[in-house]
Amino acid sequence: MFKRFKGFVNKEFYHIFRDKRSMIILFGMPIVQILLFGFAITNEINNVEVAILDKSADSETEVIINKINASPYFNIESEVQSEKEIGEVFRKGKVKAVLVFEKDFANNLQVLNQANVQVITDATDPNTANTISNYVQSILQHHSEEINLQNEVPYKVEVRSQMFYNPELKSVFNFVPGVMTVILMLVSAMMTSISITREKEQGTMEILLVSPLKPIQVVVGKVFPYIFLSVINAVIILLLGFVVFQVPVEGSLVLLALESVLFIITALSLGVLISTIAATQQAALMISLMGLMLPVILLSGFIFPISSMPVPLQVLSNIIPAKWFIIILKGIMLKGVGIAFLWKETLVLIAMALVFIGISVKKYKIRLE
Amino acid sequence: MEKEKVVEVNELTKKFGDFTAVDHISFDVYKGEIFGFLGANGAGKTTAMKMLIGISNPTSGEARVSHFDVHHQAEEVKKNIGYMSQKFSMYDDLTIRENIKFFGGIYGLSRKHIKEKTANLIEELQLQEVADSLVGSLPLGWKQKLAFMVSLLHEPRIVFLDEPTGGVDPITRRQFWELIYAEANKGTTIFVTTHYMDEAEYCDRVSIMVEGKIEALDTPKKLKQSFKTDSMNGVFLKLARNVE
Repeated sequence: MFKRFKGFVNKEFYHIFRDKRSMIILFGMPIVQILLFGFAITNEINNVEVAILDKSADSETEVIINKINASPYFNIESEVQSEKEIGEVFRKGKVKAVLVFEKDFANNLQVLNQANVQVITDATDPNTANTISNYVQSILQHHSEEINLQNEVPYKVEVRSQMFYNPELKSVFNFVPGVMTVILMLVSAMMTSISITREKEQGTMEILLVSPLKPIQVVVGKVFPYIFLSVINAVIILLLGFVVFQVPVEGSLVLLALESVLFIITALSLGVLISTIAATQQAALMISLMGLMLPVILLSGFIFPISSMPVPLQVLSNIIPAKWFIIILKGIMLKGVGIAFLWKETLVLIAMALVFIGISVKKYKIRLE
Repeated sequence: MEKEKVVEVNELTKKFGDFTAVDHISFDVYKGEIFGFLGANGAGKTTAMKMLIGISNPTSGEARVSHFDVHHQAEEVKKNIGYMSQKFSMYDDLTIRENIKFFGGIYGLSRKHIKEKTANLIEELQLQEVADSLVGSLPLGWKQKLAFMVSLLHEPRIVFLDEPTGGVDPITRRQFWELIYAEANKGTTIFVTTHYMDEAEYCDRVSIMVEGKIEALDTPKKLKQSFKTDSMNGVFLKLARNVE
């Protein structure tokens, strides 16, 4: 019994290791995705080009301009002389923000205790514009606090925000759990559904069904290697995240491993389900990409926060296994919480896996009739 | 002494909704016989064969293959039959040796047994030089001979061949039939579907299915006599015309 199974799994590994495409998807993609998301695709800003319209040009504005220039986020690219030129510098495309200092800035500050700076941003990319505006505000806030140190202010409310779990707001902390989810989904569901439909297409599935192997043995034999490979993938991703981007795993590694295996099994059963519907490898690929990858990337909370989606999409996101796994991953990796806080999400995943397996078994039997 | 029946089919029927694909067919196949199972596309021969190899359940009627009921003892049936389908049925990305090892393995042969079998098979088909090449690189004719031999690895009492020579040149087809003859002489029963009428002449007995029913069943010689024609092609055409 075990020997048969081993023979079957060996054969499956031959298929995988001899197919360049599979190898690239399996091992090239996780590495490329992590590095891409980690280095290139980030919400952080660095060296944004800024222009200044300084109508005052006094000692006070000079201090502020120097501060902004000194920060790693901004580079002062040019000075403009009038409001009219602002549109022009934006159209050139290089400058993303213009700071306008009002007339008599230093004087207003001394006499009226208040002076105004206007931040104009190029909002063709709204996220960046928002971030720029926030960063400038925080630099100015800091500056005004410094001034206030010298003078006594009788009453004031101060807001001191602190970012828990990701104090530096590194976007890679979000992307590592996200990419891990996407990759595990891809490897488990897409690769298995393709590998099973390939047997159907080649006619070998028929041979296997005529053999004394039970259908369940065929399916488990086909799926097993992918559990193994998915686990290796998860380890690669976590290691890359830790070594290159210092993404921590605060919680229990054992729990992380168990939850990952649970998610892998959920995804595999989805893959088996797809293979019972799709007749060809092409169809399996399309269903996996359209039906799995897009929702996983768009609706799981990986890139767009679920809480800011319209209600119908929020409801829809509940049926996406990836959503729950991302919550679990972030919980374990960043917050360091245990199963006491994650049992609900875990149960949802278990339930989903059972439903997928149930439907697959039923479909599989019908097909054999 | 009566010959041993390896296949016994009695009023076997398969319906898909209102459509009757196989309509109360009955026949026997004897040990060591080459039994030709003929019919136009859509006549129901693949459906009938699927019931005999235990991957499709009959709607009514019964069939026994190697003395086991195909409906209730499908697992036993599967252990005792070999099967080769019209689509080539080995793994292109595995070598000849690996394919043999794999198929031997799923039929539960011991490692030692598989080794012996592999050596014999490679010797018999003279594949020494390509034994470690991927099957995908072999010409189609070789692949099909190989697939036939692999379907016999576990020494089944009967082997089902579903249009085994589709798309192969006449010389290779001839060689393929020599393999079939050699195996039948060892006592293995051969159940073969084909739509090459010249191949029908090689069979010991032939059944012809038309619209789900077996319209004729006899030796090629007697069929030609009773239909007053000198080729199996003639028999086939006359049968088809009667139905129209």
